Amino acid sequence: MPTDVEEWKDEIYGTDIRDHIERFAEDGWESIPDDEKDAWFERFKWYGLYHQRAGQESYFMMRIGPPSGVLEPGQFRRIVEIADEYARGPVSNPEFGNGWLDVTTRQAIQLHWIRIEDVPDIFEALEDVGLSTVQACGDSWRNIVGCPVAGKDKHEHVDAQGLADDLHDTFKKNEAHSNLPRKWKVSVTGCDEGCGQGDINDLAFEPAEKEVDGETVTGYNVRVGGGLARNEPRFAKNIDVFVTPEQAVEVAGGISALFRDHGDRENRYKARIKFLVDEWGAEKLRNVLQEEYIDFELETAGEDLRHSYSYNAGDADGKHDHVGVHEQTDGNNYIGLNVLVGRLGIDDGYEIADAAEEHASGEVRLTQRQNIILTDVPDDEVDALLDNPVFDEYSPDPHPFQRGSIACTGSEFCSLSIVETKNRQVRFSRWLVDNVSLPEGVEDFHIHLSGCTASCAQPQIADVSLRGMKTRKDGEPVEALDIGLGGGLGENPQFASWVADRVPADEVPGAIENLLGNFDDARRDGESFREFVAARDDEELADLVEPEETSYEDPFLHNTKRTWYPYAEEDGFDDSPAPARADGTPIPSDD
Amino acid sequence: MTIALRTLDDGAWISVNDSREVGVSDIWTLPAREFCGCETPHVMLEGFSGVDLRGVDTHVIADAVGMCIDCGTRDGIESLPVGRIVEGEFKRYEPESVQSPSVAAVSGR
Repeated sequence: MPTDVEEWKDEIYGTDIRDHIERFAEDGWESIPDDEKDAWFERFKWYGLYHQRAGQESYFMMRIGPPSGVLEPGQFRRIVEIADEYARGPVSNPEFGNGWLDVTTRQAIQLHWIRIEDVPDIFEALEDVGLSTVQACGDSWRNIVGCPVAGKDKHEHVDAQGLADDLHDTFKKNEAHSNLPRKWKVSVTGCDEGCGQGDINDLAFEPAEKEVDGETVTGYNVRVGGGLARNEPRFAKNIDVFVTPEQAVEVAGGISALFRDHGDRENRYKARIKFLVDEWGAEKLRNVLQEEYIDFELETAGEDLRHSYSYNAGDADGKHDHVGVHEQTDGNNYIGLNVLVGRLGIDDGYEIADAAEEHASGEVRLTQRQNIILTDVPDDEVDALLDNPVFDEYSPDPHPFQRGSIACTGSEFCSLSIVETKNRQVRFSRWLVDNVSLPEGVEDFHIHLSGCTASCAQPQIADVSLRGMKTRKDGEPVEALDIGLGGGLGENPQFASWVADRVPADEVPGAIENLLGNFDDARRDGESFREFVAARDDEELADLVEPEETSYEDPFLHNTKRTWYPYAEEDGFDDSPAPARADGTPIPSDD
Repeated sequence: MTIALRTLDDGAWISVNDSREVGVSDIWTLPAREFCGCETPHVMLEGFSGVDLRGVDTHVIADAVGMCIDCGTRDGIESLPVGRIVEGEFKRYEPESVQSPSVAAVSGR
């Protein structure tokens, strides 16, 4: 039996939704019929609008997805301007003020506190500079991720940006691929460092070479079925297919159509293609793809570059991220800047846009580690650009604890999250910087905090993985975190082992301090943290995590989901100003 | 009267007549030893997988995944009463009260 969501999608989905958004915007929030709200909010996702959680009714998150995170000159500034005008909340956040943009782990930008009445004007402002929110959420082709420095990178093997753009242009607003059983996440990697993170995507193109008709051809190997959500993490499986860049779009379309036709539309919890890969295996998937969806004979997989992957790969040589000043192929430089937990204030955004336009091309790129990159900086402009005080905070040389921190949206706005995340991760990193020394030689240390098992912060591929939970402390329920260790990507990716459950959040910084101390005491010469974890069983690792109260104070231990907004002075649901009309005045309840 | 019941957003909450009524992350009290070995299991719900109406009292029951915050047992929960329909309106049960199909049916809440 099809789900309600499938029935709603059958009625109206894809580009047809736009007219209805315009209609509701014109007539106001209250014009959305009460008995149609679930259906419309599900459909709005296709246009990148996600209704915020309980207590914040009538406010939306808006997601803008540029392929591979590339924001051309002028686009970043436009997003900052939109955030400035439309993304202000009823109250401030104690760490971030009121007005910001969030860089996501899929190289997109999220704005919050958006009102339906403002959406047409925002769409117009985005489209004016070539941006869009189309398919940023919902059951379709999500933002295509990939090497954020494609086209400028010395490590590039094949032009990933060209393919990412072709896929974006082909499969956005494409009726045949608009309504899939579930979200569809695609990655294109072109470099020998693996920064596209293809292993955790539904469909991954990875650089490869293949001898075809006596000639060595450059292209991609294809993997299918990766994903991290719902305690069911999978790495994408090699389906033994090599494609040239010219063939890649057709093969992507074939696999998307296969998912459309064979994915589970009766159970959304088993709908992702990773479950179809579980059921069929890679060989059957390849056979069905060849027989039913592709008109030419597929090549078997070529020789890949996975042996050299260094991105988020523990202690391998090469880059672990894009932070810092790096030379481009054209002699200019790109500068990777740390954006702690991905949140960037509006005033800072203007400063960064100004600096990028004055000292470089004005292009800004987004990374899967929630950071930004300014490209095309001439040698003689690097120092002048970095002299701007804004880059003290958004630094090209941050402390490893801040460089390595990722956090999802959390209970601030998200329905699914169990705990507060972004403010907490900022406080964690601040305390760790002030109180904990990293062992000798450890320059990269990734701590990912996800509020729940949806894994939007990609916790399973971090050195220290933190996942929202609850526990009891001093007789009271408190927000807590499960702790996992030793995850990462690279040639042989590894999910973290969950070794400590339900650690009260205020004891987590102490646990990390003790863990690093124990690691320093017990490691062999030069042993990386990931190697150290891999050499031990979970029981032994659990003994090395010693949760402990420290000078760290956590103001969010209470149940932040039982608030309308965790940082409001009056935070009870009854105190919520939502739902609100376009001017912010609360709409009285019928009760 | 038709009651529209569904779980949405990856099982983050239960919708009753297009209104978000019950969400994840609350801690529900279950009958002694029914979920785990704890004398009184306190189970944090991580996600809902289904919702339905049952009985003449029109209890709203949910299938969910949860974890006991005291002992760490994680398991599925079937038919957890989360509220009832009274004159067409949803009345949510308090998670802190002991919930079970039998307890809820006789409690008259």
